Amino acid sequence: MTTATPTRGPVRQSPGRSAAATPRTGRRRTRPGTVAATVAALVVAAVWVFPVYWMVNTSLLPRTQVQSRTPTFVSLDAGTFNYASVLEGSSFLSALRMSLVVTLSTVVLVLVFAFLAALAISRFRFRGRKSFVVALLFIQMLPAEGLFIAQYRMLSSAELLNTAIGVTVLYTAAVVPFTVWMLRGFVAGVPAELEEAAMVDGLSRTGAFVRITFPLLAPGLVAAGVYAFLQAWNEFTIALVALPSNQAETLPLWLRSFLNSSVSQGVNWGEVMAASTLIAVPVIVFFLVVQGRMTGGLVSGAVKG
Amino acid sequence: MRTTTSAVVGSAVPDVSGPARTPRRRRRSRAPYLLIAAAVLVILLGMGYPVYWQVVTSLQEFGLAQQFGQPPTFVGLDNYARLFADPSLWAVVTRSVVFCLVNALLTVALGTLFAVLMRAATRAARLVLQVAMLLAWAMPMVAAVTVFKWLFDWRSGVVNWLLVQLGLDGFQGYSWLAQPLTFYLVATLVVVWMSVPFVALSVYAALTQVSEEVMEAAALDGAGPWRAFWNIVVPMIRPVLSIVLLLQIIWDLRVFGQIRLLQDGGAPVSETNLLGNFIYELGVGRQDFAGAAAVSIFVLALTILLSWPYVRSLLKEDEA
Repeated sequence: MTTATPTRGPVRQSPGRSAAATPRTGRRRTRPGTVAATVAALVVAAVWVFPVYWMVNTSLLPRTQVQSRTPTFVSLDAGTFNYASVLEGSSFLSALRMSLVVTLSTVVLVLVFAFLAALAISRFRFRGRKSFVVALLFIQMLPAEGLFIAQYRMLSSAELLNTAIGVTVLYTAAVVPFTVWMLRGFVAGVPAELEEAAMVDGLSRTGAFVRITFPLLAPGLVAAGVYAFLQAWNEFTIALVALPSNQAETLPLWLRSFLNSSVSQGVNWGEVMAASTLIAVPVIVFFLVVQGRMTGGLVSGAVKG
Repeated sequence: MRTTTSAVVGSAVPDVSGPARTPRRRRRSRAPYLLIAAAVLVILLGMGYPVYWQVVTSLQEFGLAQQFGQPPTFVGLDNYARLFADPSLWAVVTRSVVFCLVNALLTVALGTLFAVLMRAATRAARLVLQVAMLLAWAMPMVAAVTVFKWLFDWRSGVVNWLLVQLGLDGFQGYSWLAQPLTFYLVATLVVVWMSVPFVALSVYAALTQVSEEVMEAAALDGAGPWRAFWNIVVPMIRPVLSIVLLLQIIWDLRVFGQIRLLQDGGAPVSETNLLGNFIYELGVGRQDFAGAAAVSIFVLALTILLSWPYVRSLLKEDEA
């Protein structure tokens, strides 16, 4: 908000010649609608960011201020004590360990499986390729809600409920389809001619791939890995049925139990918000890494038409 | 039902060796099949088998007796008949469809509006709005719902405080999640808050493709901003708008988690259940696996049906 105020000032004073006030836009003539749009955009931004701000703000407040009838917007007593007490509780660390195990295994499996499959569909023409691609695209749309009862039965008869292995297999299966699709674009973006040129220069097919194509694919693999990370780290629905014991909770399940267990004696919202912030921070960081690719990837088919 | 069921199986179980319509001459090696083997196996295990199990179970009697080892008996479409004759399923379906459509339309309308704002605002303001959108988009679902529960907390929530400050004293200690209507209002706010950024940023990307010249030409021809938007901009970004709306409809049918988490506050469960929650209660709660499987098949079939235009648009990209 504070960074935006300077722009709002000058524009409002001289709507007619505001182009002079914002020299960076240079040649573009500022329309009268710009002022209204700018003000509206800033208001919307403030409203949209408020829940995030409120989460962080509450997480820094002492319990007396959180529970008072008048909310505290800025406090001099702010501190990280809520974080300390969340981290001291043993349940957070065990949930963190579970989340890390499940998420990292999912990322590794997804990257290997999806990368191989992406090579197949972008470098080879083979019988059944089209059916495979169509199947992938439909499968990635299937909701967890339509499968989780069967997955629950499957894991329980295989005695894999409450294990990292069971959830990891389900997550990998759910994330691989879209990741194959995502990587397909990256693999196709590296021209096969590069590989062929390297082979002419004496490298084997594998050698050409490892030395030439693979390094060029690194950004794609990073994006796909982050995507898999976000899916597994945030997942709630499958985890709820596959990990019913509170000894085996991942962080999203843990946050829910943490809130629910304190409802009877008055929720300590400061700690709950500190816990939410701890779970959200890695996501926000990683999210900013892949965001551009995500928006593009989901609708690019429509844009190209 | 039979045709949709086979459609579900057909698409969930990739038929690799199936009859391909176009015989390809190049590279008749086994390499591609080896490359896709791992992905196919894990998908068959994690999703294929559950779909198969659901199809079979939905055609069987599978109650408590079967839990204790009795072999299930084949009952054809009895489970479907039983469920579809049950008014409580239809109540849930109606609620889900209404919730989904309201949320999807609201999300796309607001997202488009914000995209237009980004296009029309100054660069600094646009950046501020984009960062705000990204932050909301990045929030993990469980964290977002938890924050909204805190915002709408009956005792010290900031929303009730604000409404009381505005003179609406009735909101002192008001419990939003206790009545179905206000429960859905909060659920809608969470879902819309989380989904608008994707729409806004996608539509904004499409709007940047609409050239200044076109807009200037429209202005010269005497079109006001409103008419120019509806008659020129909207037709140009229609492909993106329709895909985004479709995705939103599909995604807003799967709000199990959001609803489940909001119900934790002591909401009337049977009056606030949507499809996913209904399945969960049927399966995990009442151990009626046959019924849960039948409703799941219904949800999967519905998703496949709705996804068709989206998949087709992606396939166009594959062929390009």
